[in-house]
Amino acid sequence: MTPDLMEAGARALAEHKARTGSVIAGEAVYFGQGVALYVDGITVSFDGFRALNKLSLTINVGELRCIIGPNGAGKTTMMDCITGKTRPDSGSVFFGSNIDLLRLTEPQIAQAGVGRKFQKPTVYEQLSVFENLELALKADRGVRAALFHRLSGLQLDRIGEVLALIHLKNDAQRTAGLLSHGQKQWLEIGMLLMQDPKLLLLDEPVAGMTDEETERTAELFLSLEGQHSLVVVEHDMKFVDALTQGRKTVTVLHEGSVLAEGLLSEVQANEKVVEVYLGR
Amino acid sequence: MKTTILSVQGWLAVFAALLVMAVVVPVLNLVVPDGSVFHLSDFYVSLLGKILCYAICALAMDLIWGYTGILSLGHGLFFALGGYAMGMYLMRQIGRDGQYKSDMPDFMVFLNWKEFPAAWAFSDSFVMQMLFVLLVPGLLAFVFGFFAFRSRIKGVYFSIITQALTFAAMLLFFRNETGFGGNNGFTDFKRILDVPITTPSMRVLLCVVSGLVLIGFFVMARAIVQSKFGRVLQAIRDAETRVMFTGYNPVAYKLSIWTLSAVMCGVAGALYVPQVGIINPGEMSPAASIEIAIWAAVGGRATLIGPIVGAFFVNGAKSWFTVAFPEFWLFFLGALFIAVTLFLPNGLVGLVNRPGGIVGLFKRKTEKHT
Repeated sequence: MTPDLMEAGARALAEHKARTGSVIAGEAVYFGQGVALYVDGITVSFDGFRALNKLSLTINVGELRCIIGPNGAGKTTMMDCITGKTRPDSGSVFFGSNIDLLRLTEPQIAQAGVGRKFQKPTVYEQLSVFENLELALKADRGVRAALFHRLSGLQLDRIGEVLALIHLKNDAQRTAGLLSHGQKQWLEIGMLLMQDPKLLLLDEPVAGMTDEETERTAELFLSLEGQHSLVVVEHDMKFVDALTQGRKTVTVLHEGSVLAEGLLSEVQANEKVVEVYLGR
Repeated sequence: MKTTILSVQGWLAVFAALLVMAVVVPVLNLVVPDGSVFHLSDFYVSLLGKILCYAICALAMDLIWGYTGILSLGHGLFFALGGYAMGMYLMRQIGRDGQYKSDMPDFMVFLNWKEFPAAWAFSDSFVMQMLFVLLVPGLLAFVFGFFAFRSRIKGVYFSIITQALTFAAMLLFFRNETGFGGNNGFTDFKRILDVPITTPSMRVLLCVVSGLVLIGFFVMARAIVQSKFGRVLQAIRDAETRVMFTGYNPVAYKLSIWTLSAVMCGVAGALYVPQVGIINPGEMSPAASIEIAIWAAVGGRATLIGPIVGAFFVNGAKSWFTVAFPEFWLFFLGALFIAVTLFLPNGLVGLVNRPGGIVGLFKRKTEKHT
């Protein structure tokens, strides 16, 4: 992202704030500026340790961005800040050009259209695969709506579609806890898709997957690119290579801020990056 | 996929239970003569009525613990509050038949009180006190739950706070100044709705009502857990963060089921008090609340029927043991709890549900040895 675009975004933001007074929950996200996620100078300290240090990052609408970095670089903390789990000490996080994520709770952020996949696959172990997807289905999240909820034919079709997409059609009635590690990863990705988020944050989505599963995951993510914006945190360089296809930007995090940004081949050749990875 | 509240066999079982409670029990007690083998003695009717109230508590515990994963060690408090609300009405029904022949309950005369405390304002109205049976436990649970769930107090911390809550309430109710009879509580009830309370027919009626309420609550609980709401509760139990990041606000869900569970216990307490004829702060002791959790665990959590079975099994065993071997009851209860934890993680009903049923359990054991 070029500086003049950043400035344009900041200006639009200020104008929007001036026009509307405040940004409230439940508002539809506005992507008119071409920016899906705008992280500006966030700092997070835990007992004096700076997990994030003035981290700034911009994800464009429809972009698939891979984020790499050694352990402790702050990748997961960054996702925590975007999804409302952790409140940064300073800085700002905007979804689109109008939704201030730092003022929303986790459920509100999810409802606004930000989906997150955890590093450790988190599914509802005692429920069936079908029920896992049903709960994630985009619908009224209120208590009363849930009490009297009936699946419509359209929603059933959507669940069927996603079941096919994540290759769990034959396991729909199985208890999710009985799935293999890779299948649980797929199920969680499927649950994200059911939410129909505008922005997907994926924390090490292929950890524990077989080579074939990894390949299929890459295909799935590439098919989502364009309609959704994706942020993928991953250690597996082969997977990152498959996702970026040699032409997409990769961001390297180190000690809580951006160390380098560019094509995978560029950052891999970057001396600073080599240094933090190999400890020279 | 269509979800139904109960299968055909399930509905048949519910109707069978209705028949037993509404017809068989009254007939066996009131119509079949005393000498007959089929006669159900008054002792067993009152025991059954008592256990039915306990079973309602166990069912309420299953909704909050079994399905939502929130272990309450303070449900005895809600039970006692419902009991006290009913007890207040029953105290007023004594009228001038008390020891002191006064319009006021004996303990108030004894304390030399001249007028009723504010909490007793509506105590002569059956309708108002029944409303309090629902409102008092419900409101307390709602306010307590709101702050606890909003502050994201979970797991063992939540359990300990509920335990402290019931203990604090017990100390409060022990004081005479609180206005609820101090450590003696309420007793010596004479009438309910102006009808004598100790007659055999009233005893059967109260027992039947308890049974019908239990069956009604069971069907309601079943409808809840079979709905999407019920699946969200289980999702909260299994992975609460995932629920939050899927856009659900767990506080609203937890608060709803927590309050409902407390109200159910309040109703159980209100049915219990006229049957046993006494309510005192002992019902708020931590041990009483822990026992409710034991019934649910022994019967089998997250099954609805399990905790009911557990309440019957443990209390049935208790009433037999405390007569036959009074000194061994607590040892037996302890052993039972350990045995269930070690060998039956799914409780007594888990025995039936496992492949091959009860027989399967023994089969698997022998296969291991060979």
